[in-house]
Amino acid sequence: MGTDERRLLDVRGLTVRFPTTDGVVQAVSNVSYSLSRGETLGVVGESGSGKSVSNLAIMGLLNRNRTEISGEVDFLGRDLLTLPPSELQKIRGKDIAMVFQDPFACLHPMYRVGDQIIEAVLAHSHVSKSAARARAVELLDHVGIPNAKSRARDFPHQFSGGMRQRAMIAMALVHNPAILICDEPTTALDVTVQAQIIELIEEVKREFDIGVILVTHDLGVIAETANSVMVMYAGRIMEYGPADQIFGQPQHPYTWGLLDSMPTIERRLAALVPIEGSPPSLLNPPSGCPFHPRCPYAFAPCPVDPPPPLKNPVADSHLDACHLPWEKKLDLGGKRSIARLGDAA
Amino acid sequence: MAFYIARRLFWTLIVVAAVIGITFVVFYVLPAGDPALRFAGKNPTPVELELIRHRLGLDQAWYIQFLKFIKTFFTGDQYGWPGLGYTFSGQTSVLQLIIARAPRTLLLIAGSSVIWLVSGVSIGIISAVKRRSVTDRAAMGFALFGISAPVFWLGLMGLYIFWRQLGWSAGTGYVSPTDSVSGFLSHMWLPWVTLAMLYAAFYARMTRNNLLETLGEDYIRTARAKGLSERRVIFKHALRASLTPIVTMFGLDIALLVGGAVITESVFNLQGLGYLAINGALTQDLPTVLGVVLLAAVAVALMNLLVDIVYAFLDPRVRYA
Repeated sequence: MGTDERRLLDVRGLTVRFPTTDGVVQAVSNVSYSLSRGETLGVVGESGSGKSVSNLAIMGLLNRNRTEISGEVDFLGRDLLTLPPSELQKIRGKDIAMVFQDPFACLHPMYRVGDQIIEAVLAHSHVSKSAARARAVELLDHVGIPNAKSRARDFPHQFSGGMRQRAMIAMALVHNPAILICDEPTTALDVTVQAQIIELIEEVKREFDIGVILVTHDLGVIAETANSVMVMYAGRIMEYGPADQIFGQPQHPYTWGLLDSMPTIERRLAALVPIEGSPPSLLNPPSGCPFHPRCPYAFAPCPVDPPPPLKNPVADSHLDACHLPWEKKLDLGGKRSIARLGDAA
Repeated sequence: MAFYIARRLFWTLIVVAAVIGITFVVFYVLPAGDPALRFAGKNPTPVELELIRHRLGLDQAWYIQFLKFIKTFFTGDQYGWPGLGYTFSGQTSVLQLIIARAPRTLLLIAGSSVIWLVSGVSIGIISAVKRRSVTDRAAMGFALFGISAPVFWLGLMGLYIFWRQLGWSAGTGYVSPTDSVSGFLSHMWLPWVTLAMLYAAFYARMTRNNLLETLGEDYIRTARAKGLSERRVIFKHALRASLTPIVTMFGLDIALLVGGAVITESVFNLQGLGYLAINGALTQDLPTVLGVVLLAAVAVALMNLLVDIVYAFLDPRVRYA
């Protein structure tokens, strides 16, 4: 959501299917969104909601032989889904970089941290090894690794989790990418470190004026940092809009469920309302709206009709895919209004 | 590290001593006959038998013999150190016997291990990279064949085809490379390949499985996300991690063959260490058996240590103290 010349990414109708011996898993269904410079797009959803897969599809990191991907991913005028693998390889790590969930598993255990970053530098630029090393040390220092020069010679197991994630971020930044995709960057970290990493990502975004896609299931993190929010369930977008509107006037029962089940400082444990049940199998998803078996507000059309296209009768910025009548959404959503969780928490 | 190695060497001694002790016990608890009877000629008198037993040291308790063996080992005999004593039959030096036979077995292992390591690992890599392709299926079919086919059958089939029918092999027997390099090679290539088949099949499977497992690791996804070429992802990132366990297996397999290439040696009539051990066991020649067992045990124990040390260099997470 931004003006056109700052627009980086336009995803239209992205669908990802995995054919398996048991049938076809529809991991992502007809997902559309956009990202501009300076924007943090928060993507929320439970495990298996398709949030990671959609990013891997953009990066071309899914095995093309075993996935069916359709739709359009327009990155600065080029459709990433139709680019040949060799062209995509030139974009990966250079224009679009990614930070993953588990920093314990994401660095190669047998190579020195610095060498792994040097390798990232040399992947896209023909500089000398020493220049690449200087760049690696500079970035490690930049992301807050103390004694970056000597720590660059350490192996990953000599780093703490937070330091590893910082190193991953440093590695992602070597070529000043336009887009930084962070896939659950804090899930595997200690709470105190989580805040530091989120802060670092925000700093990086402001400093380099890049677009950030922040995938997480932590609504608190989203509330603190995201400009726009996309709520996903069973591979579909349930609700999509500016962050203040998502938190100020949530429109979809699934978003309500997420908000009701989120602990905050004021909310006691007893007041938490979990979403009953578990996410559906994507191999055999429920008929109609995939959320209807767990939705307390489900009514006649929900088990039958697929969710309506993303819509909003009043504004075109804050969209949802729910059968409920608009007045009811306004009423029920208004009760969940949280001015901004970041302020409350 | 030095302390670690010293400690391991100490334990190596204990293990080898235990293996020798067990060999003694097996020899005396499960006698296949009286060794003295074998060397006494026809219709020996009890006095003659007693004399022979005394000369061979068989009239002493097994633990006395054991301690004597240990003592000779450290002090040496007239053929030098380590002292391994003399065979029952013929009273020749076991050490000399082993020195004469060992090159045959060691050269068999050396040639064969190069073949199986190179072919097994290459086949495994191709199989993993071209997973589910015709090449992969063919390679894994070959692996199944290599694992299932008994070595003696493979050896005999090889001899029939490549010696009798095609004349590409010089057949059974051993020619020392110091006598004739071409004679050595023309005799050895078939046993090398035969022995390598089983291991190549195992290594191909293991490389394929390890590589496929590694390719699913998160750090491989990171490497791809950096924009590295697929070649670099596989050869620099995935292979490094997936070949480390193969190094371990390679060391141990080589060590185990020192006393264990019996079937290949027999089929090709190479008369190496395995032949020595089998012959010794069949004729109840305890000193010969002990010599080979000792060598095999030392080989396994030392190779184990070597593998562990190498592992620490290959995997920075492994540190010994």
